[in-house]
Amino acid sequence: MTHTQKRIITNNIVMILSTLSAVIGIGFLFWILGVLVMNGVDALSMTIFMEEGAPPGYEESGLKHALIGQLIIVSVATLFGVPLGILAGTYLSEYGQKSKLAETIRDISDIMMSAPSIVIGAFVYAIVVVPMGHFSGWAGSIALTIIMLPIILRTTDDMLQLVPSTLREAAFALGAPKYKVITQVVYRGAKAGILTGILLGVARVAGETAPLLFTSFNDNFLNTDMMEPMASLTVTMYNYATSPYEDWQRLGWAAAFILSMFILSLNIIGRLLIMKRKGK
Amino acid sequence: MGLIIDKFFAHTTKIIAISILLLVAWIFTVLFQHSMESIQAFGFDFITETKWAPNLEKFGALPAIYGSVVSTFLAMVLAVPLAIGVAIFLSELAPQKLKSPVGVSIELLAAIPSVIYGMWGLFYFVPIIRDTFGGIGISMLTAGIVLSIMILPFMAAVTRDAMNTTPDILKESAYALGGTKWDVIKDIVIPYAKAGIIGSFILALGRAIGETMAVTFVMGNVHKISTDLTAPATSIPVTLANEFTEADTDLYYSSLFELSLLLLVISFTIISIAKFYFLRRKRNMS
Repeated sequence: MTHTQKRIITNNIVMILSTLSAVIGIGFLFWILGVLVMNGVDALSMTIFMEEGAPPGYEESGLKHALIGQLIIVSVATLFGVPLGILAGTYLSEYGQKSKLAETIRDISDIMMSAPSIVIGAFVYAIVVVPMGHFSGWAGSIALTIIMLPIILRTTDDMLQLVPSTLREAAFALGAPKYKVITQVVYRGAKAGILTGILLGVARVAGETAPLLFTSFNDNFLNTDMMEPMASLTVTMYNYATSPYEDWQRLGWAAAFILSMFILSLNIIGRLLIMKRKGK
Repeated sequence: MGLIIDKFFAHTTKIIAISILLLVAWIFTVLFQHSMESIQAFGFDFITETKWAPNLEKFGALPAIYGSVVSTFLAMVLAVPLAIGVAIFLSELAPQKLKSPVGVSIELLAAIPSVIYGMWGLFYFVPIIRDTFGGIGISMLTAGIVLSIMILPFMAAVTRDAMNTTPDILKESAYALGGTKWDVIKDIVIPYAKAGIIGSFILALGRAIGETMAVTFVMGNVHKISTDLTAPATSIPVTLANEFTEADTDLYYSSLFELSLLLLVISFTIISIAKFYFLRRKRNMS
């Protein structure tokens, strides 16, 4: 066998192996997606949106409590996380720039983005749940805010840096003070990018379960008081899926399906926004 | 007036940005303070002691540490070759028509919450493990496999991105010299993207070790070190998820906080290594 033949054979083997691993990897992922859609669609019904949690075996049980709880916890987290994240990101891109302080904040935020979210849950447990004496919706929102902050901060920073400095200079030349240049020129230029960052940040925290386990905890009934324990789709999903009751497990799949569709749509919308911007 | 607003705006953004650093410092301090009791009670024995018996007020973290290390190691062993394969497929092999839809679906799968991977593992994978290897199916092995599938999309996507940074002109030159695809991948693409690839693997490792929900369903939370991979086990995040709301004594709480602190320090270290040693160059380039 000549050297060339050997190389060609090695090449073919590696190509087959890598296509195979792609097929295996993608196969597994589509298996999960398939399971999710099949079980989810199967369990979906109007009652799920109309009814609250009920004991197993009870026919009129739904996820209304978890859907509303989730909505409240995530909305409040977004309400805090987004403005704080955007302002901090603004500092990095517009004031701090390449300074040591700004670089340190960037590095720490990058690390925080990958840090275990359950530890954030433990932290919030110590600073909110313990002094309060009980679990609460607030604690859940605070945990999610902490997780969301670095994501919004880093995308804002990146997106603002993409705005050409000539735009800023033109605005300065007209005599505009810096805050006006930032709020009226730079923010506008980076609008689509910042919005994408927000969508991805919301999508990320909406799927978080671990930090909610011992902050917002759970409630099988509808509760809109943030001072009290509050249900969320993710924790409900965890509790129902690990229960031995088949109808609860079905509800768990329905919750998984609704949540995944929500998160996937946010991701897709975010991508379309960025693509549209690039297309221009 | 404008000047005041200008100053106010500059200071506000700066204060908020700095508060991120303070927040991280605060997290470490709070976890440390709450771990004090356990640290004083057990000292270094905490990480070498194999017995975790809440009823006897005895807490040793070794089974959880062992479980974290072994399950993450299993996940990496399974996911790394698959991720490299998928990345090679996406960056060098796939026809143009397939590249973007497959690439995007992999990225979207990375966004699916880990709790769903865990649920899938419990209902569909546990029975397979049970039927193939015996036991109850809830085991270290199951956890490792589910974890590997969960980190696969992230790993494949970042590895592909790293590979894609190789300039076309380098690859074309190698093809012009008569290189096969594999020659080009192993002699041009991988050497060029090495730092990025290793960095993203370590980053994935850092995420995997702190991952909670994908493994909580399928690991069993049994504090016992066993060389049998099909036996139930526990890991640091699994212990936290299962026992945090059950702890009834101060020492129990404190031990759980010490576990959290341990986990935070471990993942902080791993992620920092990935960021500072391997991924630094990439950022400066962009």
